[in-house]
Amino acid sequence: MTVSVARTARRLDHRKDALWLAALVHRLSGLALAVFLPLHFLTLGLAIDSEARLEGFLRWSDAPVVKLAEGGLVFLLAVHLLGGLRLLAVENLAWHDGQKRLAVIAGVAAAVAAVAYLAVVL
Amino acid sequence: MNLSLYLWQRGTAALMAPMVIVHLVVIFYAARHGLTAADILGRVRGSLGWGSFYALFVAAASIHAGIGIRNVLSEWSPLAERTAGIAAAAFALVLFGLGLRAVAAVTLP
Repeated sequence: MTVSVARTARRLDHRKDALWLAALVHRLSGLALAVFLPLHFLTLGLAIDSEARLEGFLRWSDAPVVKLAEGGLVFLLAVHLLGGLRLLAVENLAWHDGQKRLAVIAGVAAAVAAVAYLAVVL
Repeated sequence: MNLSLYLWQRGTAALMAPMVIVHLVVIFYAARHGLTAADILGRVRGSLGWGSFYALFVAAASIHAGIGIRNVLSEWSPLAERTAGIAAAAFALVLFGLGLRAVAAVTLP
């Protein structure tokens, strides 16, 4: 039993690695954006009916809780962009050390973008 | 993921990277200068440039998201590869349709 638990723990060791976490964040942020995009398009499509319908939605989105969610979306978009750029660089440019540091910088930069957005709208 | 899908996903990613940066700048600009329907439509309605930009953005995002969803479904769900591909292609088509409708709604005069 103890041996089995130790083996499982060893098998999951890679999940503590910053680059594994970066890959997971990239995938989950992409998934979340894919879920959000149809709603985003449907919202903009309200303008087909009338400008007033779009305006009605935008005034609903003035609620602080919606602004917080928008900050989350800015984070998702920025972290997916920066994670994707890192991936393209790894695959197409010469390898260089410091990949973990770049992944951390990407996460921090995305968080800064989200906080900056919230500072503007709240 | 086969080679063709891999190239499409990386190609659309490279195409979209500058577009996402522009989109983020627009988001911040709109948030700073007041987000009203009149402001949004005043900026983009009748604009061939913004219409083309966002139509291309929608096409690239639909392809990119479709391939990403296919990867997630085939790796994280019990769906067979073929079923995952069909579901992802359907998602990409819906996204493309909704996206073009949204672009038309805000850019066509």
